[in-house]
Amino acid sequence: MENLFWIFISALLVNNFVLTYFLGLCPFLGVSGSLETSARLGVATTFVMLVTAICAWALNTYVLVHAPYLRLICFIVVIASTVQFIEMLIRKLSPALFRAMGIFLPLITTNCAILGLAIFATNRGYGFWEGIAYALGAGIGFTLAMVLLAGLREESELSDIPRLIKGTAMNLIIAGVLSMAFMGFAGLFSST
Amino acid sequence: MSKGQSYEEFVKGIWRDNPVFVQVLGMCPMLAVTNSAVNAIAMGGATFFVLVGSSALVASFRNWIPKQVRISCFIIIIATFVTVADYSLLALAPAVHKELGAFIPLIVANCMILGRQEAFASRNEPRLAIFDAVGMATGFLLALFSLGAVREILGNGSLFGVSLFGANFEPWVIMILPPGGFLTLGVILLFFNWFKVKKDEFLADVAEAERSGK
Repeated sequence: MENLFWIFISALLVNNFVLTYFLGLCPFLGVSGSLETSARLGVATTFVMLVTAICAWALNTYVLVHAPYLRLICFIVVIASTVQFIEMLIRKLSPALFRAMGIFLPLITTNCAILGLAIFATNRGYGFWEGIAYALGAGIGFTLAMVLLAGLREESELSDIPRLIKGTAMNLIIAGVLSMAFMGFAGLFSST
Repeated sequence: MSKGQSYEEFVKGIWRDNPVFVQVLGMCPMLAVTNSAVNAIAMGGATFFVLVGSSALVASFRNWIPKQVRISCFIIIIATFVTVADYSLLALAPAVHKELGAFIPLIVANCMILGRQEAFASRNEPRLAIFDAVGMATGFLLALFSLGAVREILGNGSLFGVSLFGANFEPWVIMILPPGGFLTLGVILLFFNWFKVKKDEFLADVAEAERSGK
């Protein structure tokens, strides 16, 4: 149980997917314009990550032991089609939920954070529950980074910033400062 | 299909439409592995192979791939080439492969590669597609190398593992850590913005002078 908790905290803060591994940068820089959108994208990503963790565990346990070289192709195809299927299911069962996160689901599937999650979890040999804890930590960590950047960007819209630095250059520098701040969490583990 | 057109497709990827500095695509693998020049070149080489191979294949099969499932077809083709690159690197240079770790498989999710298939290779003949892919991949490689070299020189005081400044140099460690990647790319993009603004001003000045001349 304690182990699961540390996996969660590690993925959430110390090894934050966006700010330490640079995964999922496209939505991080592209969609972080407004606070609400980025929070919703974050929730949808966390959901896809949970599905991914389950798929990756099932594939690793039952299929890929026989053919390890098919790993990459299997991951992509299975994850993409599962997410597509769940999207249809949500649309049928709960239109409100679909409106909240449905439009993001297909976008997220080919995001490198999703594939990265599957590959990292495989490389570290995580079991079922460890995979779930890892996916939750990574997803919430992604949401946290998105929301932080979106808040800072909304704030900076109103301030007087030189024309030259506006846009991606400024977002990257903000992300660099955020990443520096997250390095402070690295000390969490040395004490235990 | 003149010779000029293939040349044009080749050159545009290196400067005018540089995938990293101008289009800001394919950032995930590039920031993660550019903490040294050698890693940057290995990553650039692997991406080069995958992009050129899949562009050639997609362009050759472009009339047989049904429009509705084209994205899935592209991804499967790309994933096949990435698997080949992954296993070749493991066999040829195990040390580099260990260093890059999970980021070689992640080339699949590089939006730059899928973007080239969708925007160019699926609509043009193989020869042009290969020129386009080689240009884009070279631009990507150059971008990776410049970022990796800057970060290694500042963060480690060396280039390709060779020490540059002697023992008295105090390395700027943050540059090889994750924040350094964001900051370096931010500053390089700033430089590109500055260059573009200056160029626009210059062109406006020229137009102004011509109008007043007449």
